[in-house]
Amino acid sequence: MNTEVTIAGVTLKNPVMTASGTFGSGMEYCDFVDLNRLGAVVTKGVANVPWPGNPTPRVAETYGGMLNAIGLQNPGIDVFIERDIPFLKQYDTKIIVNVCGRTAEDYLEVVERLSDEPVDMLEINVSCPNVKEGAIAFGQKADCLYDITSRIKNKAKQPIIMKLSPNVTDITEMAKAAEAAGADALSMINTITGMKIDIYKRRFALANKTGGLSGPAVKPVAVRMVYQASHAVKIPVIGMGGIADAEDAIEFLLAGASAVAVGAMNFVDPYTTVEVVEGIEAYMKRFGVENVTDLIGAVSE
Amino acid sequence: MDGQKVFKKKEKAVVISQEQIAGQIYDMWLETELARDAHAGQFVALYPNNASTLLPRPISICEADKSGGRLRLVYRIAGKGTAEFASYESGDPVDVLGVLGSGFPIERASGRKVLLMGGGIGIPPMLQLAKELDAEKHIVLGYRDQELFLKKDLARYGKVYIATEDGSAGVQGNVMDVLRVSGLRADVIMACGPMPMLRAVKQYAEQHDIEAYISLEERMACGVGACLGCVCRTRDVDAHSHVHNARICTDGPVFDAREVDI
Repeated sequence: MNTEVTIAGVTLKNPVMTASGTFGSGMEYCDFVDLNRLGAVVTKGVANVPWPGNPTPRVAETYGGMLNAIGLQNPGIDVFIERDIPFLKQYDTKIIVNVCGRTAEDYLEVVERLSDEPVDMLEINVSCPNVKEGAIAFGQKADCLYDITSRIKNKAKQPIIMKLSPNVTDITEMAKAAEAAGADALSMINTITGMKIDIYKRRFALANKTGGLSGPAVKPVAVRMVYQASHAVKIPVIGMGGIADAEDAIEFLLAGASAVAVGAMNFVDPYTTVEVVEGIEAYMKRFGVENVTDLIGAVSE
Repeated sequence: MDGQKVFKKKEKAVVISQEQIAGQIYDMWLETELARDAHAGQFVALYPNNASTLLPRPISICEADKSGGRLRLVYRIAGKGTAEFASYESGDPVDVLGVLGSGFPIERASGRKVLLMGGGIGIPPMLQLAKELDAEKHIVLGYRDQELFLKKDLARYGKVYIATEDGSAGVQGNVMDVLRVSGLRADVIMACGPMPMLRAVKQYAEQHDIEAYISLEERMACGVGACLGCVCRTRDVDAHSHVHNARICTDGPVFDAREVDI
């Protein structure tokens, strides 16, 4: 039985990753999860300089999910290189660094700083709904996405994964633009913009008013988008959005994802990622699946 | 690496007893090994058993019976999750992650005169704190009305002073009014309560140049320092975040009042 998947020339021991922003840089979860069991750790987004993020409240629970408006708080690339990468290097897992910025130059600076670091891939966050400038502005118009992707691709030493926003009219148009600009892979979905109002206080639940919806409530939207995007492009798609167990992960694989990431459910059970790894293995054993790659896009039409 | 490492997991605790002790306030004892490591000011994350309410609820430790493996949680119904907890009966299982957060710095109070100040649902952690402190303890409690939950428990460990918002017991007003009326002074303050109370405690401590440790609260998601949901502003650049933000769940919930900007 073979659980390996290869994305942009990088071979992961299994297709299970952590979704950016839900797992810190791995350090926060290393007492709960054996990071060696994971296909890859995708870090919290890092910018060229430290970002303070948004005012609180930053999180709110919603039916079967949650809203967040953290605002990409991060310690900046200097600290990240000094502290977080060496931490992750102790483990036998792939390191994917999520990169965020307000301007194209911000992204390029981070990408350049990471060029000589022992990082396996870069995930470019052009889809965070919670920061005013940059981020999602690059990810909601196909021509902007094409432009930022090609500029980053020119500079990046590692393969780049463009993380796409679901807050678009046509996900296939975005997927094609990123592919045409040279993206090595896509990941989706980032959170869906949402809102919650406390009717007793007549106030927004989040200080930012809007936030990104994640958790099991978004899963059908994510599966649909992964299906559409993976059929529109040739590059691999990493699927995420509400994955709570191995059944959810396999659903994404069958829809066309080449790998999956666990996000909000890390908060619900820190052990979720490892349960997904074990559950995929059990499924393969039960149904005689020799290679996990046989599951990719294997839903019957 | 980590070949022999034992990983922390969500634990299955069992409800020993549950009692309503005031309006919306419940008193629940859990059987769990987590009690052994519990300290005053720390909290546990309790998970509702319902897929529509996914996130853990941070609940402060009211009392820890370390040798007996029992934790006492006194909490207020604040929404669907805590309403579910209130329905639990003896023998029911409950998923718990813990113990989480830093506790009160007990050593800072050793042998000194300490004010323990609890307001509303900030009162429960004062009980374990009162048990652990080896100091001269003056316990100031602020309630809405005459439902003086945990007052008797706390009176075993020190002199108790009461304030009620409606004036039905003790001093009318809040915990700060007790200090004003009684002229009570101390070397150290340890407090938990609503944000306006903690702001007043911080201001009072700074005016009188005394140490104060306050337990903060904020909406949380992960409880383990990863999501950065529950931050508070800090005076200095925080050593972990490298911005003026500390994580209440892991860097707190107890902070030196001088170090937070609330």
